[in-house]
This record gives sequence, structure tokens and C-alpha cells, in this order.
Amino acid sequence: MDQETQTEAVRTAVEAIADRLADEKDHLTDLDSAIGDADHGANMDRGFRTALERVEETDGDPADLVKAAGVALVSEVGGASGPLYGGSLMKASQELEDGITADTTVAFAERYLETVEERGKASVGDKTMVDALTPAVHTYRKSIEVDDREPIDALGKAVDAARRGVEFTTPIRAKKGRASYLGWRSVGHQDPGATSTLYLLEELLDVATEYVDGEVAIDAAADVEPDELPDAEDAPADGGE
Amino acid sequence: MKKLINEPADVVDEMLEGMVAAHDLRRVDGTEAVVRSDAPVEGKVGLVSGGGSGHEPTHAGYIGDGMLDGAAAGEVFTSPTADQVSELIQACDGGEGVFCVVKNYEGDVMNFETAIEMAEMEADTEVEHVVVNDDVAVEDSLYTSGRRGVCGTIFVHKIAGAMAQRGEDLAEIKRVAEKATENVGTMGMALTSCVTPEKGEPTFDLGEDEIELGIGIHGEPGTERTELMSVDEITDHLAEAVLEDLELETGTEVATIVNGMGGTPLMELYVVNRRLQSVLDDRGLETWDAWVGDYMTSLDMMGCSITVLELDDELMELLAAPAETPGLTVPE
Repeated sequence: MDQETQTEAVRTAVEAIADRLADEKDHLTDLDSAIGDADHGANMDRGFRTALERVEETDGDPADLVKAAGVALVSEVGGASGPLYGGSLMKASQELEDGITADTTVAFAERYLETVEERGKASVGDKTMVDALTPAVHTYRKSIEVDDREPIDALGKAVDAARRGVEFTTPIRAKKGRASYLGWRSVGHQDPGATSTLYLLEELLDVATEYVDGEVAIDAAADVEPDELPDAEDAPADGGE
Repeated sequence: MKKLINEPADVVDEMLEGMVAAHDLRRVDGTEAVVRSDAPVEGKVGLVSGGGSGHEPTHAGYIGDGMLDGAAAGEVFTSPTADQVSELIQACDGGEGVFCVVKNYEGDVMNFETAIEMAEMEADTEVEHVVVNDDVAVEDSLYTSGRRGVCGTIFVHKIAGAMAQRGEDLAEIKRVAEKATENVGTMGMALTSCVTPEKGEPTFDLGEDEIELGIGIHGEPGTERTELMSVDEITDHLAEAVLEDLELETGTEVATIVNGMGGTPLMELYVVNRRLQSVLDDRGLETWDAWVGDYMTSLDMMGCSITVLELDDELMELLAAPAETPGLTVPE
């Protein structure tokens, strides 16, 4: 896929995420009211609206656009979420300097996770966004590098893994972030950060699927079956021909 | 609650305008960060700090010779954003790099760390930092993992500032700032809650006959609520907690701060200091310098904190070095 198409795909993805967060704003606020300070919905909505504005006025390659989105989040989201969502995007954007391919997206995902862990000092089981992100990133990498799947298929599997990660945050006790102050009272509530992370991944999958269905290969080096079903286990290509 | 505030949303911006009009400062364009008017100073490491507003004179009140070169002001009790801190860092880089003093709150630490990365990515600025965690009251709190950074931060500003003024390099400043951080402890208490501009009413309720011990500087709850005691008893309690944490040997020289939380008459702070000095004396500790006043406040909270810093020759010399800032002056 040429650079222009990739850049367009990044813009489309940021727009899809911004729309989704606007739709989910109240839901995220409700989740955050239960165990946090009730500002996650508004902060993420404001952050991605600004990110969309910046990305629309930025010229450059995909890495430049992703970095611009990250800087916008850092300046608009504030608190701890600004560095976690925006700073990680800024750092990971460096991995996309050679464009969007299977290899660079794996590196991007890993760098993003690494930055979140470093910044937030959280690990799996602390009831944070890391609980959604870690299984997603590991699944994505394994699907591509070990199972030899197409990136779009790998992304589908990653979203499934993130979904299970979000579910996993409900019954556990928070050990990091504002919710940890509640101790056992945080049990029974789904983590808002893990939830918004899942929304990001779901929208990425939707947009990537659009581009693949439009016969635009995510990996320039691979021919992707246009009919591949991204989110079904071992999807048989229904091979219309 | 009656306040001298136009609009809560404008209070930080308008405060900074007033500060710039009063002192030798300028605003970094398009930000809520202020720097000394001649920043960046060539040939010395730039020293910066920042955090939420509402702790005045912290942080911008310590900008001047011998202390900070600049400070970023967040909204009330809210960390400044990383992009603003990054602008601040770049505005204070006179070619020798920049050193950041950060209080240990999750938001502050994450935004400063991200800002440091941004400044490194964008301008190749060399940056080091220290995280101050002097509050002995709590191990983990509403806003922190580990101990909170409170009034002991002012000693770190002073010590790191004297190092920078002397022309020391980043690594040396970091070494000494870390030493000061390791040797300082603070414990605070409140007679009343504070009132944030947005909310306009007390953050927590304290009865007429109640006090809160182990409070932070954001109106967050303390570690215990007790019935009102005499000022001597309260002072004993705070001093005990700090000294137990520091484990000082007899004959150790210390510097102390009796800090007002913003709404406490100086008269009362001196009464606290009288008792504190007699407690130290009873323990065979020698006070080399005692500061009394509002250094790290929590808006209009009535209450105080006690800070003790264990000294060695190096720290003593740095504390004694001249400084000229709105919030602290040490004469030549």
C-alpha cells in the first residue's frame, strides 16, 4: 500500500476512534465514577477530538501523523492518561518510519506496550489498561511471527484477546492508579482504561478491515485475500471464485 | 465561600499574570509556565520544577538567583501537561542541560517523564530529574505509589539551585538532589480543609473539635482523625513521626521548616517552632537553621507541616549559599 493510502488510513483510524469515544463518553464516565474520578470519558473524548484536528492539518508520513496524534493527547488529556495514551503513541510512532507493514506494526505495538508499562509501572493483574493491552500485543505478535497469519487476521485475534482482558479486570482488585485507593471496593467494576483501550483496538480493526476489503494490502509485501474474515477463528476464506 | 477569584477557570492564568507583573519573570509563550526573564542562562544547568497550582509560593515563587530558572503551573491540584513541561525545559536550556525537581505524585511523575522524552526527541536537550518523596505519613495514597512529595521539596530546590548556580554539571546536581531527598522527612496536619476554586466548599469536613493528621497538600484525607489537642501535643506528634523515620544519631545537625498550609497565622507557626526546637534539643539534635513561614501551601487550609533535613557539610554549604527569589531569600 503506497504512502498516501497509509496516511489516509491513519486519518480514517483517528476519526473512527474519535467518533467511538464520543459515543462511549458517558459509558466511560460511568465506569470511572465507580472506581476513579469520573473524568475518563470526557478526557478521552476531548483528547481524540483534538488529535483528529491535528492529524487533519498535518502533512507527512504515517509516523508523523501518529506522532501528532500522540502530542495532541498529551496536551489535551492531562493527568496520568495523557502520558499513558499520548506519550506511548509518540514513542511508538518512531517504529512506523518505514511505513505500515506486518513487521513495523508488531514493533509499534510492542513499543506502545513497553512505554505504558514503563510510565505507569503497572503489570498484568493490576486492573489497568495493561490488562487489555498485554494480551492484545502478545497475540498480535504471535499470530504474525509464529502462526504466520495475515496482519488483519492477527489484529482480529488481538481484539478478541483484549476483550477477554477487559472482562478479566472486573473481578480483580486494583493495585495501580486511582482505583487502588479503594482496595477491595474496586472489585466487581470493569476498568475504564482497559475499556477505552479495547475501543481503540476495535476501531483499528474496523478501519483496517475496510482497507483490506477495499483490496488495499496492509502489508505491501503480501497479497491479502479480500474475503478474509478477521475475527473468526480459522476463518475459511469463502473463496467466491 | 468568599474568594478573591473572578472565574475559577481563569485563576491560574490570572495568578501567573500577576506574578509576572510583580517579579523578574516572563511567561513562556502560549503556556502556563514562567521562567526568569533572562532565561536561558548560558553556561549553567537550567533548574526547573512544576506541579499543580494552589501551593504558592511553590513553584514559580522560587524562581531566581540560586534556585529555579523556571516552573510549570498546572490547574489547581493538577499536574501540568507534558507538552508544557517540555516547552519549559527547552526554554531553560542554556547549553548545559536541564535538571527537573518533581514531587512524587503519579500525574506529575508521568507528565515530567514524558516531557523529558519530548524535549530529548525535539531538541536533543540533556535532562536529568529527581523525584522527591519526603512525606512520612503514608506509603501509598490517593495520588501516589510510594510516599508523597511535600514541603521537603523546597530544601531540594534550594540545594540543587545552589549547585546549578555554582556551575556544577547535571550528574553532580542529581547526586546532591538525591542525597537531600534521602535525608529529608515531613509530616503535616490540618485544622480545616481547603476550599478549591472549582468546588467552592471544603474538600472534607472537620468538626470544631477535630483535627486531621498526616494530610497531603491537595485536601486529600490524612492518616488519622483525632480530637483537637494542644499545639505542643500536635507538634510532638508530627516531630515524632518525622524523627522516627529519619533515625538520626545524637549530635546530628539539622535544618527545619515549620510550614504553614496557607491559612495559618504566622503567630501560630512560631509557637509550633518553639516546641519543635525544644523536642530536637531534648533528642540531642542541633538545629543549624530553622525556617518558619508559608513555603508549600494547600490553598487556604489551616494547619502546618514539619520538615527535618539531616545535614552534612556539603548540604550545609549549599543551604547557606545566597538566593534571591520571591519566596525565599538568603542574603550574601
